[in-house]
Amino acid sequence: MLTKSTHDIAASFSRRGVIAATAGLMLGLASLTGAKAADDTIKVGVLHSLSGTMAISETTLKDTILFLIDEQNKKGGVNGKKLEAVVVDPASNWPLFAEKARELITKDKVSVVFGCWTSVSRKSVLPVFKELNSILFYPVQYEGEESERNVFYTGAAPNQQAIPAVDYLMKDEKVKRWVLAGTDYVYPRTTNKILEAYLKSKGVAQEDIMINYTPFGHSDWQTIVADIKKFGSAGKKTAVVSTINGDANVPFYKELGNQGIKAKDIPVVAFSVGEEELAGIDTKPLLGHLAAWNYFQSIKSPENEKFIKAWQTYTKNPKRVTNDPMEAHVIGFDMWVKAVEKVKSTDPDKVIDALPGIEAKNLTGGTSKMLPNHHITKPVFIGEIKANGQFDVVWKTPGLVAGDAWSKELDGSKDLVGDWVGKKCGNFNTKTNKCLGSGS
Amino acid sequence: MPANLSARLCSFALSLFLIAFALPAFAGPFEDAVAKFANDDYSDTEEAIGVVASSGNTLAFPIISALQDGRLMADLDSKKVYVTGADGKSIDAATGQPVARVPDSASAVRLNNRLRRSVDAAVGSLTLMSPDLGMRLQAAQSVFKSHEEAALEAVEGALAKETNRAVKATLGDARAAILLYKSDATEVQKLEAVATIKARGDQEALALLTGIGSDQPASVTKAAASAIGSIQSSLAVWSMVQNAWYGLSLGSVLLLAAIGLAITFGVMGVINMAHGEMVMIGAYTTFVVQEVIRTRYPVLFDYSLLIAVPLAFLVAGALGVVIERSIIRFLYGRPLETLLATWGLSLVLQQAVRTMFGPTNREVGNPSWMSGAFELGQITITYNRLWILCFTLAVFAILLAMLRYTALGLEMRAVTQNRRMAASMGIATSRVDALTFGLGSGIAGIAGVALSQIDNVSPNLGQSYIIDSFMVVVFGGVGNLWGTLVGAFTLGIANKFLEPVAGAVLGKIAILVLIILFIQKRPRGLFALKGRAVEA
Amino acid sequence: MTPHMLTRSLDRGATIFLAVVAACGILIPLSNLLLPAGSFLQVPTYLVALWGKYVCYALLALSIDLIWGYCGILSLGHGAFFALGGYAMGMYLMRQIGTRGVYGNPVLPDFMVFLNYSKLPWYWYGFDMFWFAALMVLVVPGLLAFCFGWLAFRSRVTGVYLSIITQAMTYALLLAFFRNDFGFGGNNGLTDFKDILGFNVQAEGTRAALFTLSCLALIVGFLICRAIVSSKLGKVLIAVRDAESRTRFLGYRVESYKLFVFTVSACMAGVAGALYVPQVGIINPSEFAPGNSIEAVIWVAVGGRGTLVGAALGAVVVNYAKTFFTSGMLAPYWLFMLGAMFILVTLLLPKGIVGTFNAWWDSSKEKRNAATRASAAAEDGVTEPKMAE
Repeated sequence: MLTKSTHDIAASFSRRGVIAATAGLMLGLASLTGAKAADDTIKVGVLHSLSGTMAISETTLKDTILFLIDEQNKKGGVNGKKLEAVVVDPASNWPLFAEKARELITKDKVSVVFGCWTSVSRKSVLPVFKELNSILFYPVQYEGEESERNVFYTGAAPNQQAIPAVDYLMKDEKVKRWVLAGTDYVYPRTTNKILEAYLKSKGVAQEDIMINYTPFGHSDWQTIVADIKKFGSAGKKTAVVSTINGDANVPFYKELGNQGIKAKDIPVVAFSVGEEELAGIDTKPLLGHLAAWNYFQSIKSPENEKFIKAWQTYTKNPKRVTNDPMEAHVIGFDMWVKAVEKVKSTDPDKVIDALPGIEAKNLTGGTSKMLPNHHITKPVFIGEIKANGQFDVVWKTPGLVAGDAWSKELDGSKDLVGDWVGKKCGNFNTKTNKCLGSGS
Repeated sequence: MPANLSARLCSFALSLFLIAFALPAFAGPFEDAVAKFANDDYSDTEEAIGVVASSGNTLAFPIISALQDGRLMADLDSKKVYVTGADGKSIDAATGQPVARVPDSASAVRLNNRLRRSVDAAVGSLTLMSPDLGMRLQAAQSVFKSHEEAALEAVEGALAKETNRAVKATLGDARAAILLYKSDATEVQKLEAVATIKARGDQEALALLTGIGSDQPASVTKAAASAIGSIQSSLAVWSMVQNAWYGLSLGSVLLLAAIGLAITFGVMGVINMAHGEMVMIGAYTTFVVQEVIRTRYPVLFDYSLLIAVPLAFLVAGALGVVIERSIIRFLYGRPLETLLATWGLSLVLQQAVRTMFGPTNREVGNPSWMSGAFELGQITITYNRLWILCFTLAVFAILLAMLRYTALGLEMRAVTQNRRMAASMGIATSRVDALTFGLGSGIAGIAGVALSQIDNVSPNLGQSYIIDSFMVVVFGGVGNLWGTLVGAFTLGIANKFLEPVAGAVLGKIAILVLIILFIQKRPRGLFALKGRAVEA
Repeated sequence: MTPHMLTRSLDRGATIFLAVVAACGILIPLSNLLLPAGSFLQVPTYLVALWGKYVCYALLALSIDLIWGYCGILSLGHGAFFALGGYAMGMYLMRQIGTRGVYGNPVLPDFMVFLNYSKLPWYWYGFDMFWFAALMVLVVPGLLAFCFGWLAFRSRVTGVYLSIITQAMTYALLLAFFRNDFGFGGNNGLTDFKDILGFNVQAEGTRAALFTLSCLALIVGFLICRAIVSSKLGKVLIAVRDAESRTRFLGYRVESYKLFVFTVSACMAGVAGALYVPQVGIINPSEFAPGNSIEAVIWVAVGGRGTLVGAALGAVVVNYAKTFFTSGMLAPYWLFMLGAMFILVTLLLPKGIVGTFNAWWDSSKEKRNAATRASAAAEDGVTEPKMAE
C-alpha cells in the first residue's frame, strides 16, 4: 500500500530530477568500488583499531604487521610477489569491525586479514569471514570455545595460559585460597569458569574461591582491594588471578601498591598485563607480581634478540617493547607465508587446507605448529614483574602446550573437538560422533 | 621509608662485615650452602637461605640482606658467590675476603615470592637484636608475619632485652603467634597467645586465629572462636568507617573532575563536552613535567606535582581561552550548538594527543609523599587519596574565594547574572567570558594532575570522567558550586555504600537510576537557582 | 490519510527526498541482484549492507529530529531506544539459530550454554515468533520512553536536565547490558545470526530485501513525521519548543504532547535498530554508549535541525564520511576530519546543510520573485503558476 503511495509521489515529481539524482548516486557508489587489486602484489588486510578505547593495545599490532610485511618484502615477497598492506581503522566500534572486514575482503580483495583484539570484535567479523570465505589471524589470548574454519587462533587458549599459571601458584607458592578478579566480559567469565571447575577438581572448597567482576575501565578499586585484603587474611595463602582488562589495570595495581599488598603476601597473576601495559605504570610497587604469557621480551634466544633489534630499528625507538600478541602475529604471519608458498597460491580454500601442520619458529626458541583445530602449540611462561617493566621468567612448561579450542574442564564442551583436517568440523562431539550446529 | 630502611640495613651490614673481617673463614656446610646460590635453582636457593641463616656465621647477615636487595651476585660457571656493597666494594660470600671486582659473568641471584618470604623471615630473626630501633620493629613484624617455630628462641631472647614499648608489644605478638602454631606448646601458653592476639584486633589477628586448625585443645578452640567473633564485630564497625572514607575519596575525585565543568557549564551555560580532554591535557602536562625532571633534575622528583599544578593550570587555561575566542564565543545563546562543537573538539584533542604521545598509557610516578598508606584504627588510608581530598577542598575554597572577593570574580558573576547590564556598567564582557572559560578549563587541568596519580594517563582519560562530571553538576544544581560539592560527596558516598552490597556494576546502575528519579523530584537539582532567570 | 493529503503537505525538498529514497530502495537492490558482478553499475553486496546501515541511521536521526527539531526535547539517550529495538530483533534472530549453534542446543543460545543457564530466562519467551519480536521492537522502546517521559515531563524536567538524565538512562542500560548475568550475552552481545523468516541473513537476496525494507521504513517514518509536524498537533509542538511556559499558560497540556511525540520517536528509533541488526550482523551493549547517542544528535545538527530531510541527510553524510575517512591513507587522521567537520558545521552552517540550503533557496527565490514581479509589472503580463509549497 505504502509503496503505491510513494510511487504516486515519485510520479508527481519531475522525472528528470529522479533520474539525475539516482544517476548521481549510482556514480558515487560506483566510484567507491573503483579500487581493484593489482596483480603483481598480494594484499594483506590489517584490521586493528587505531582510535577509540582499544587503540591503546591494537596500534602496536598494526605496526607489527607493517614491520613483518616490510621484512618479507626485503626477502623478495611471497611467491615472487610483493606484499602490500591495506590498513583500515575500525575505531574500537564492533559493527564497524564487520563493515571494515567486508570492505577489506570485497573491495580491497585482500588475501588474508590480521586483526581484532577483543572477543566481541572477533565475533562481529566472524560471519563476514565465513560468508566471504577469507582468512583471519587472531593474535590475542582468548576464552576458547570456538574453532572456525576461516579463523586461525595464534593467541593462547585458556589451557595455554590460565591453567598452567594456577598450577604454578598451587605447587610453588602453595596457594590455597583464590580470588578470581576480572572485567565483566566473556573472556574473564569463561576463564574464571574454567578455573573454578579446575580448582574444585583439585580439591579447593567453594568458600576459598572469591569471584569478582568489575565494569570496563573501572577506576575506583578501593573497596575491591580492601575486600581482597580481607579475603586474604583468613590464614591461608591467597593469590589473585586477574583477568582485568587493559585500562583498569593501572588503577588496580596502584591501589594494590598503595594499600600495601605486596607480592610476597598476596601475589597477583595477570593474563592481560604485558610489557606494553607496564610501560604506563610505575612498576616499583608491583615487584614480584606475576603474569602468564607465551612470550616475554626478556626471554633470551637468538630469534628473540634478532627480532627485538629489528623491531626497534624499524620503529626508530630503542625503547620500544615487544609483547605476547606481537609474537602471535609473528608466528601467524610466518605460518601464512609458508602455507602460501607451499600451495603457490593465495586461494583461501587451498591456504586454509595447507595451514594445519605448518610449523614456524616462535621467538622463545621453540617451534610452534598449527593444529587441526586452528590453534597452535605454545610454551607457557610465568614471569615476575621487575623494576624495569620487564618480566623475569620464574617458571615454564617443560614443552609446548597444544591449544584446546574446547575446554576439557567445562561440561558443555569437554566432549567437543575442533578438527578441520579429518572431520572438517569445528565442534565435533566425540560422544555422539556428530558435528554440531552449522560447524561443517 | 623503605629506602631509609635499606640504607640502615646497609650500614648495619657494613659494620657486621667489618667484624667478619677479623674472623678466620672456616670451611664446611656453610660454604657448601653458599655455593648453592650459584645453582640458579629456587629450591637450592631456599635450602641455602635456611642453612646460612641458622649457621650463626657472621657473614650470614651480609649475605641474606644482600640477597634481599639483589646485591648477591653469583657466577654460574665458577660457582663463586659475591656480596657487593652499596659502596661498590665486594667480598667473596663464602670466605669474606674482599675481591677486586666481580666477574662480568656473575648475575644477581634470582628470587621468587616464596624465597622473598624466606629471606624476610631470615632477615627478621637476624636483626631482632639490632641496635637500630626501626630495624628491630621491622624484624619483629616480619617474625610475626612468618611466625616460624625456629625463631622462638631468638624472639624470647630479644623480648627479655627489649626496652622499647612498641617493639616489645610486637615481639609479644610474634611470640604468641609462634606459640599458637607450635604443636607442643602447652594449653596455658596457647590460651595466653589467643588473648594476646585478640588484643591486636586486626585482620592479621583474625587470620592467625582462623588458621589454627582443629587439632587444638577444646578450650583453645573455644577461646579462639570467641576472639574471632569479637574481632569480627569490631571490624564490621570499622568497615562502615572505611566505606565512608572511600566514599569521601571517590567524592573528592568526582568533585575535582566536575568542578571545572561547574564553571563552564554551570555558570556559563556552555555544554562543554571537551571538558574531559582538558583534564587529560592536565594529566599529560604532569607527564611532561615528570619526564623533564627525570632526565634533567631527578632530585626534584618529589616536587614534580607542585610544579605541574600551576603549569597544568596555565596550559589548560590558555587552551581554554583559545577555544573560547575561536569557537565558543560564536555560539553564546545556543547552548546545544556548543555541545556539538565541543564534542568535535574533544575528538580532535584526543586524536592530537594520541598522535603526539602515542596511544599507550604514559607513566606518571607517585612522589614518595603520595605513595603508601597509614593505618588509622583498623582502616587503611592511602596517602594519595588523602592528598587528593585535601587538594580538592583547597581548590574548591580558592575558587569560591576568587569568585567572591576578587574583581574578576565579581565581573564573572555580574556577566553571568545579567550580561547586558554588566556591559553597560563598563565590564568588558567578552574578556570576562574568555577568562571564565579559561578558569574552568584551567581547573580541569589541575584536576588532571591529581587524577594522573590514580588513573591511566592515556588519550581516553577524559572520556571516562565526562559523564560522571555532568551527573554531578546536574545533580547538585546547575550554577551552584556548593551544589556541586554536596552532589559529588553524596554520589561518592552513596556509591561506596552500595558497592559492597550490590557489586560495582549494579551499584553504579543504582546510582544512575537514583539520579534519574531524583531529578523528577527536584527538576533543577539539589540546590536550584530561584527566580525568573531559570526559565530563560 | 489519502495520498492527496500527503502530497499537499509535502514541499519540494520532501518530494525529492522521498523520490531519492524510493529510487535507492528499488534500484540499488535491483542493480545488485540483476547486473553481473563486477560490472560498472553493479552495486556490490557490501555496499548494499553499508547503505542499509546508513538508512537505518537516517531513520534514527529522523526520530531525533522529530523531538528535538519540533518539540525542543534534546535526548542524549536515543541510542538506547535504537539498541532496545535492535536487541528485540537480535533475540528473535538468536532463537532462529536453533540447533545450528556451536553447542547444538535447540533452545538456548550459545552464550547461555556456556554460562550454565539451565533454561531460557522468562524474558526470552516468545521471541521465537517473528510477530512477537516485531511487536516488542515497538513496545519495548515505546514503553520505556512512555514511562521515562511520563515521569520526566510531568515533573517538568526540561533543557539540559532532561538531556543529562536521558544520558544517565542510556549509560545505566549500557552497564546493565554489559553484565553477563543480565542474560543478553554481555559484551559480546548477540551475533552469528543465521535466518530471518526462513531466509539466510547473509544471502544477497535477503540483504537486498532488508535494504528495500529499510528504505520503506524510512519513507513511512518520514511520512509519519510529516503528518505529525504539519498537523495541528505539530503546531502545538513547535509552540512548546519555542515557549513552553506560554503554551502551558494558554491551556495546552504540554506534558501530554511531549509524551506522545517522545514515545512515537522512541518506537521509530526501535524500528531503525531492528532493521539495523540483521544487516550489521551484531548487536552489543556499545550501541548504548552515550557517545553514540550524542553522535546521532550531531547527524541531525549537521543535516539541519527541524527539517526532517536534513536529519536523514546528515546521518548519511556523517556516516559516509566516517566510512571514507577510516580507510586508506587517512585512517590515522580520521578523527581530526570528523571533529573538524562538527566544529565547522556548527560555526559556519548553524542551520545545518539543509537549513542553510533552504535559507539560501528562499532568499534567492525571493529575489527571483521580486525580479519576476518587477518584470511582470513592467510587462503588465501573465501571472506565474504558483508552485505548491
